[in-house]
Amino acid sequence: MTAQKIDTVWLLLFIAWLIAIASTLTSLFFSEIMHLEPCVLCWYQRICIFPLSMILLVGLFPLDKSVFKYALPLAMLGLGFTIYHIALFYGFIPEGLKPCTQGIPCDDDSMILFGFLPIPLLSLAAFSAIIGLLLAAKSRLNT
Amino acid sequence: MNQKTILFITLGALLIMFGGAAYWYNTQQVAEKTALANDNSSSLEKFHAPRLGSPSAKVTIVEFMDPACEACSAFHEAVKSTMKQYQGKVKLVIRYAPFHPGSDKAVEILEAARKLGKFNDVLDLMYGTQHGWASHHNPQPELIWQYLAYYKFDVAALKKNIDSTATAKLIAIDLADAKTLGANKTPTFFVNGKPLPSFGYKQFQKLVADEVAAAYHP
Repeated sequence: MTAQKIDTVWLLLFIAWLIAIASTLTSLFFSEIMHLEPCVLCWYQRICIFPLSMILLVGLFPLDKSVFKYALPLAMLGLGFTIYHIALFYGFIPEGLKPCTQGIPCDDDSMILFGFLPIPLLSLAAFSAIIGLLLAAKSRLNT
Repeated sequence: MNQKTILFITLGALLIMFGGAAYWYNTQQVAEKTALANDNSSSLEKFHAPRLGSPSAKVTIVEFMDPACEACSAFHEAVKSTMKQYQGKVKLVIRYAPFHPGSDKAVEILEAARKLGKFNDVLDLMYGTQHGWASHHNPQPELIWQYLAYYKFDVAALKKNIDSTATAKLIAIDLADAKTLGANKTPTFFVNGKPLPSFGYKQFQKLVADEVAAAYHP
């Protein structure tokens, strides 16, 4: 394998890590600084994104080719929760199926930032990008 | 560039951004709360609210409190010692924000004590025995009566002065004002209309000291 190819793979993984750590810090900002209580579904997504920022970091130094094996399942699971959350947020899922009507609602208006950007959409962008980058890096390694 | 260098620069930049954003957000929040208190100064003080300290004091501390709130109890000594330190210069206005279910009953006892001129003593007793009657955020205000009897308060007179309807009205007004001012936690303090920059004894003492200095040694 050429050194250049390794560099590309490293860079792709690095960007994936960057997204994971930025998402982690953003979610901590929401809860610790802005004091927005995370709802149940937000917690499930956090459970997936927090370890990704560590796993990807460990996989980068030195570049570990088995990092995909550990990172992809978490990212996929996170994406699953996010899609469910978005379906709930936009009302695609009927009332009766809501898992979190008590306590902090998952479809509250407080989840909309700056008046137009719902937090679940940020989460969707982050998980999709991480999965895309991981798959791109993986296919590059295999060719 | 070395990969590790890239990592450290990125991590450093992210942490600085986080810290900067947190600082900016907090500053913004305090400014917003101050503006809210300025625009709604009539919500800070109400004629009916209990007052402690010298009426002519130029510095007014408004405290939204809940007798069953642990942080209020922990803060109580600091408030008392600050009042003592600046005797005659600081007065305390107490507003009820009984967020814990059931603690409105404790407020009823406080209001009865106020009619008998025992507000301070009963408030001290409630905070002092809070672990007994309101542990684990589960207030059982009926237990307060046992403590009152134990410490030789005139329970019969207090019971006679309980006025649930009048107290409920006071609480409703105070809660509405708390909502207007964005006071959604207890204790929430305003010192001459200024909120605490962040929650803590030191911040409280500094804000009071600053306001006393501004009012008495301009």
